[in-house]
Amino acid sequence: MARKILLEHLNVPGIETLEVFRKMGGYQAVEKVLKTMSPDDVTEEVKKSGLRGRGGAGFPAGMKWSFIDKKSEKPRYLVCNADESEPGTFKDRYLMEKIPHSLIEGMIVSSYALGAKTSYIYIRGEYFYVLRILEKAIAEAYEAGFLGKNILGTDYSLDLHVQIGAGAYICGEETALLESLEGKRGNPRMKPPFPAISGLYASPTVVNNVETIAAVPHIVNMTGDEYAKIGVGRSTGTKLISASGHINKPGVYEIEMGLPVEEFIYSDEYCGGIKNGKRLKALIAGGSSVPILPEHLITKTANGDARLMTYESLSDGGFVSGTMLGSGGFIVMDETTCIVRNTWTLARFYHHESCGQCSPCREGTGWMEKVLHRIENGHGKMSDVDLLVDIAKKIEGNTICPLGDAAAWPIASAIRHFREEFEYHVKYPEKVKDPKHFFYAPFVSEKMNASIA
Amino acid sequence: MSKEIKFSDETLEVVAKIILRYPEGRQKSALLPVLHIAQAEFDGWLSSEVMDYVASILNIKPIEVYEVASFYSMYNLKPVGKCLLEVCRTGPCMLNGAEDLVAHFENKLNIKDGETTADGMFTLKTVECLGSCGTAPMLQCGADYYENLDNQKADALLDKLRDENQRSRYC
Ligand SMILES: Cc1cc2nc3c(=O)[nH]c(=O)nc-3n(C[C@H](O)[C@H](O)[C@H](O)COP(=O)(O)O)c2cc1C
Ligand code: SF4
Ligand code: FES
Repeated sequence: MARKILLEHLNVPGIETLEVFRKMGGYQAVEKVLKTMSPDDVTEEVKKSGLRGRGGAGFPAGMKWSFIDKKSEKPRYLVCNADESEPGTFKDRYLMEKIPHSLIEGMIVSSYALGAKTSYIYIRGEYFYVLRILEKAIAEAYEAGFLGKNILGTDYSLDLHVQIGAGAYICGEETALLESLEGKRGNPRMKPPFPAISGLYASPTVVNNVETIAAVPHIVNMTGDEYAKIGVGRSTGTKLISASGHINKPGVYEIEMGLPVEEFIYSDEYCGGIKNGKRLKALIAGGSSVPILPEHLITKTANGDARLMTYESLSDGGFVSGTMLGSGGFIVMDETTCIVRNTWTLARFYHHESCGQCSPCREGTGWMEKVLHRIENGHGKMSDVDLLVDIAKKIEGNTICPLGDAAAWPIASAIRHFREEFEYHVKYPEKVKDPKHFFYAPFVSEKMNASIA
Repeated sequence: MSKEIKFSDETLEVVAKIILRYPEGRQKSALLPVLHIAQAEFDGWLSSEVMDYVASILNIKPIEVYEVASFYSMYNLKPVGKCLLEVCRTGPCMLNGAEDLVAHFENKLNIKDGETTADGMFTLKTVECLGSCGTAPMLQCGADYYENLDNQKADALLDKLRDENQRSRYC
């Protein structure tokens, strides 16, 4: 299960340079596509590979590419989404920082497939030092003739630029990202039209995540059919998982899809188990926007099957007992965690990041933050718990972009699985006064108490 | 304001190059990168005079600059200390001690979140996830990330920054 594709050469000294990257087989895919494949051939391979978008939604990449409007007279654009701001997610930064050429090679191959002559990488403003790494790598690629006019002597030309953001989670949403790239506020657009028809500068545009694009050269090299053999079912290939929270070995790991969650958490090859010998309490498996899982649903699904790191297995049980693979932001919480406090910080995050265009999201996120704050601090009412469920329901599905859903799901799921803990805060305000209330004495539900007795 | 609001010739060249990245007539796309440059050149914040200047360079209306500058959290619309300490406080960092770290800074610097020390050296700001959750708790100061922090490392960082006595920069 330890197959590495994206990070195979991670530890090769100098892999951030074009010279070493090429020695390890880098830029072969550029040569292959430009000299032996048509753009549609490349798209076909990506379709065959079953590669799904790694930015969160998991939409098949090849299918997205085939939607691009080829009849339009306007130039086409490929825009790489390197905005990476979903709490718990830091895999794109890792890849760009360690092996910048893997993204650049992917941009060249993918731009060729899409017929783009100018492409952009939109990177979050806080990653300024990564911007410098990318700019250096791009300069090397121009110098070596992999970018610019008549790449490798063919008639394909491409310019690649990096655009810096300025601190706004919402700019990770693809239409907000395009607005931002046009020099505007990051307000998501109404869809349709989709970017494939009218994206950047109202031209046909594809937006893909860093990891998605970086996988493309590997697919080209090994063929789509071979890539599709890695993983399980419709979850093909490998996935970068950024693991954080109460684990012994936080960091970015490349896993083959299908790895059991239990192995990922406890094996020394990955997270190395829970810190300080504590007990596992909860997991956010795919970035802050996905539903939280309680201990008994983490390593096994509600049916008792082993839970695997795949799109399908993580979402087994739907929102009742499942979650989502999302962006691969894997946040592990031990028994000392206060679920209410954690949920409140996430609500504050979404309130802070709401662009403010839709009333349910703008008002609802702020309202949920306030209610959670008062529950957490022992000023809540019993009816507040249902109030939160109600607000979340009214946001969900009623907004321009999915940030509204992303704000509602974590709260609804926390209450679904940890209602007793919310009620405890209301019942025993004096016991939650100290912000570290469960740090010394983990919360024990009354059900658990009864079973111990 | 004493300093004349004008980019140096070298900076103007950099700006001209940035504008070339976009199709003709789309120079407004350069607004975010140019605002970062302006902020770095003019004491770490964007006064309305600076924003007007940026508007004139990009040939867009001042309101187009104001609405962008006020939307993105990295643009400071008020003066800040030489070193802006941006401490991440979101879920994953909170799980690993971000709140203690913020409290430590508040005590040590004798300011609250959002305030600047009397000597103008430090501004403390809590921010949302900086994409460094595996090395929590952490903070950003200029383009640099400081990770896996504890109180001792935080103190050492303050000393280092105070000794250097430089305005931190992103670009
Ligand atoms: C609020 C919000 C934030 C998002 N943030 C990101 C992000 O930081 N990075 C990313 O790749 N996709 C993000 N997405 C998903 C993008 O909208 C888009 O689906 C993705 O970039 C497509 O690339 P993919 O198909 O390769 O995953 C976000 C979506 C929403 C609604
Ligand atoms: S759902 Fe929220 S973030 Fe998305 S467009 Fe509406 S207000 Fe903006
Ligand atoms: S939560 Fe602090 S860096 Fe992600």
